[in-house]
Amino acid sequence: MSYLDSPGGGLRSWLTSTDHKRVGVLYLILMLTLFWVGVGIGFTMRLKHLSAGNFLISAQTYNALFTVHGVIMIFMFVIPGLPAVFGNFFMPILIGSRDVAFPRINLLSWYFFAVGSVLAILSLFTGNGPPDTGWTFYVPFSIRTSTNVTLAVFAAFILGMSSILTGLNFITTIHRLRAPGMTWHRMPLFVWAIYSTAWIQILATPIIGITLVLVMIERFFNVGVFDPGKGGDPLLYQHLFWIYSHPAVYIMIVPAMGVVSEIIPTFARKSIFGYKAIAYSSLAIAAFGSLVWAHHMFTSGMSDTAGLVFSLLTFIVAVPSAIKVFNWTATLYKGSIEMAPPMLYALTFIFLFAIGGLTGVIQGALGLNVHLHDTYWIVGHFHYVMFGGTGFAFFAALLYWFPKMFGRMYNPKPMYVAWAHMFVGFNLLYFTFLVMGTMGMPRRYYAHLPQFHAAHLIATVGSWILVAGLMILFGNFVAALFKGDQAEDNPWGGLTLEWKLSSPPPAENFAEIPTITAGPYSYNPTRTG
Amino acid sequence: MPFLAQASSVSVQTDRLFLIALSICVVFLLLVTFFIIYFCIRYSRKRHPEPVDVEGHALLEVIWTVVPLALFLVMFYYGWTNFSTMRHPPPDALAVQVTARQWAWSFKYPNGKQTDQLYVALGRPVKLVTQSLDVIHGLFIPAFRVKIDVVPGKHNYVWFIPWLLGDFDIQCTVICGVSHSAMLSKVHVLPEADFKAWYFSDEAVSRLAPIIPPKGQGSAIVSLLSVKACLACHSVDGSPSVGPTLKGLFKSRQTVFVDGGERVVVADEEFLKRVILRPEDELVKGYPPIMPPSVLSKSELEEVVSYIESLGPR
Ligand code: HEC
Ligand SMILES: [Cu+2]
Ligand SMILES: [Cu+2]
Repeated sequence: MSYLDSPGGGLRSWLTSTDHKRVGVLYLILMLTLFWVGVGIGFTMRLKHLSAGNFLISAQTYNALFTVHGVIMIFMFVIPGLPAVFGNFFMPILIGSRDVAFPRINLLSWYFFAVGSVLAILSLFTGNGPPDTGWTFYVPFSIRTSTNVTLAVFAAFILGMSSILTGLNFITTIHRLRAPGMTWHRMPLFVWAIYSTAWIQILATPIIGITLVLVMIERFFNVGVFDPGKGGDPLLYQHLFWIYSHPAVYIMIVPAMGVVSEIIPTFARKSIFGYKAIAYSSLAIAAFGSLVWAHHMFTSGMSDTAGLVFSLLTFIVAVPSAIKVFNWTATLYKGSIEMAPPMLYALTFIFLFAIGGLTGVIQGALGLNVHLHDTYWIVGHFHYVMFGGTGFAFFAALLYWFPKMFGRMYNPKPMYVAWAHMFVGFNLLYFTFLVMGTMGMPRRYYAHLPQFHAAHLIATVGSWILVAGLMILFGNFVAALFKGDQAEDNPWGGLTLEWKLSSPPPAENFAEIPTITAGPYSYNPTRTG
Repeated sequence: MPFLAQASSVSVQTDRLFLIALSICVVFLLLVTFFIIYFCIRYSRKRHPEPVDVEGHALLEVIWTVVPLALFLVMFYYGWTNFSTMRHPPPDALAVQVTARQWAWSFKYPNGKQTDQLYVALGRPVKLVTQSLDVIHGLFIPAFRVKIDVVPGKHNYVWFIPWLLGDFDIQCTVICGVSHSAMLSKVHVLPEADFKAWYFSDEAVSRLAPIIPPKGQGSAIVSLLSVKACLACHSVDGSPSVGPTLKGLFKSRQTVFVDGGERVVVADEEFLKRVILRPEDELVKGYPPIMPPSVLSKSELEEVVSYIESLGPR
């Protein structure tokens, strides 16, 4: 009996289930809902820029929209998305385990996440209106604004708890529950990625928690921690904020890299090129990524020496990402490549992520950062990384694992149509952002100067095409859920453990815990063993 | 940068660096994209049904670690020298004090002259020393490739040598509230002689039209309101804004919050002076408590109040 019907299919059995697969699906439902709210908000903001001045919404509403768009997309979709959904569902299976180490804490994390999301949504409709500070909540503005910052900040705090617990759970699981013979170097690369991510989650998230609590204390009790008017230091806030939020960027991207490292060998029918290089570069990213936070602050007036050091480290952290890109490319060499939808989306990830990474390198150069900081260039850059990177990897993961998770196969053709729309729309939208940024268009602007108008129009048209693509993609998934054919157990010919289970997998995964005798991608039969 | 004037000395250097960095990145991207597409065609399942397993190649790993690292270090180095130029103003630079507040800029010159737009002389180095009266703002002059956060409690600076005659945009780059995107101004680069004539003239405030177009008569007083940022939040022609319009305010009945209670008052001369000096004591109902305490001198206050009176009762 598959996990979908055992134990029972009722709502209650789902909301109280500690099965890691069910928890993963619960996350998926919640996050996709939030994702679409975020998409709707982004779409509305683009519509506003059809006119340079007052149009459609007020300036205050616009400021609230970009704040909420950022909070939802970053804290509720991109950061937790891959680990919480696919990490939960597949990591235990990939290491040959029946569940995570602490199944009940796992469910508790989901509840924290749900409560955090509800509070964040509540902050929109209660108090003095939705927060209008941007998702970065920079002080002193966030302390002085009369809008509902406190509740939003508290919501982010709860979401952080969820993230910490998930991280703890995953690390313990990977250390303790690997099947016999599953040595570290036989672990699938997605597991390596989840492992690196989990470390960042438990080490960095408490810092944002403390920082957000300090903001609340400052708002309630008038203690001067950050507000210079009360003797505090606004740059201290920025440091603390980015000490978490920069590593968070790697919480977003490392699991995405893990997904791509699973998909490419499967569809190229060969071992991943440079397994160890990819595995250890995840760890290197996690380590160096914790030391670059102040590259968000080059124009803040911190010391020039700090600028020097953080710029240097920023260039160094780019190297492990480059290594991964080269290894993925080399994996294709002499493969036998099938361009199924998951593969197409995974390769698109490489292209878009490369643009995101390279624009990041450009703005990491101090002198260039001065011009590019806080412009649409930055907005373009991080959408390439987070949407083009993590977003596309999320879609690729869904395309790859959907038949396994739900036991239904989707129709592949509309997925190519969706891809074409998304690829064109995405680049029209965000490449235009990059260009606008070099021209000096500041971010978070309700009204824009006339010289940027043409570019804004192009970007808005791009957003329509992109959203059309998203609708085709998800429409097709929904159709497959209800009308799709029964999926095979191993539709793609993968070698990792999830493909040895039925589709969808049974409740306890393995009737008998497997013994592992080879690496995860040993396609060449002469070399197994 | 494409589509953007190189209007300061450092902009040429910055743009050269941008071109170098961009070229390196484009080459990387093209290489990777080319190989991905080529392999996907050459080794498609149809053309190449039997894969050949290749697990890795140590030398290649070393090459594609070291080569990007070296190129990145080059970019880092030039980024630093470029930045370093921006951080070291020449000692003879004209020091202008920039004050940012929600949501207006003001510029004060060594001789005491104060304007809401910046005037500088062609070829003369200028150092802008910033201060903020409320939250963090960002001073950005794209044509000059300079930007600095204006942080309350700190005096961050930028400097530049204007290179081209003309008017260039100043924009605020750090979200600072509802009118963030209206927090704009201009730099006017004048020939040295014109600048001197302007600088030593008696004109107290800006010669050109203020950024927020004066919707009303009496342009001297209107530009005073503009310089003091009142027009960032108030209109003088009855149109809605962040704060109540000043038109028809005089002698009208206002509901205000005093010590937590509501009270209805008539907006006479005394009331106007009180709210301008200490807005937080008597908050007008229906508006956010964001009006900063007055920065007007005694005589300016008289002028402003009699101007509001001249705008008449409704
Ligand atoms: C940051 C925006 C802002 C700035 C700058 C600002 N005000 Fe205000 N002002 C407001 C708001 C909002 C109110 C209504 C709430 C209150 O009473 O504080 C107000 C109220 C007033 C009132 C009372 C209006 C009434 O209906 O009773 C007067 C008079 C006034 N402002 C004059 C000025 C003058 C003169 C200046 C320039 C020195 C100025 N304001 C600058 C936002 C601003
Ligand atoms: Cu500002
Ligand atoms: Cu601003």
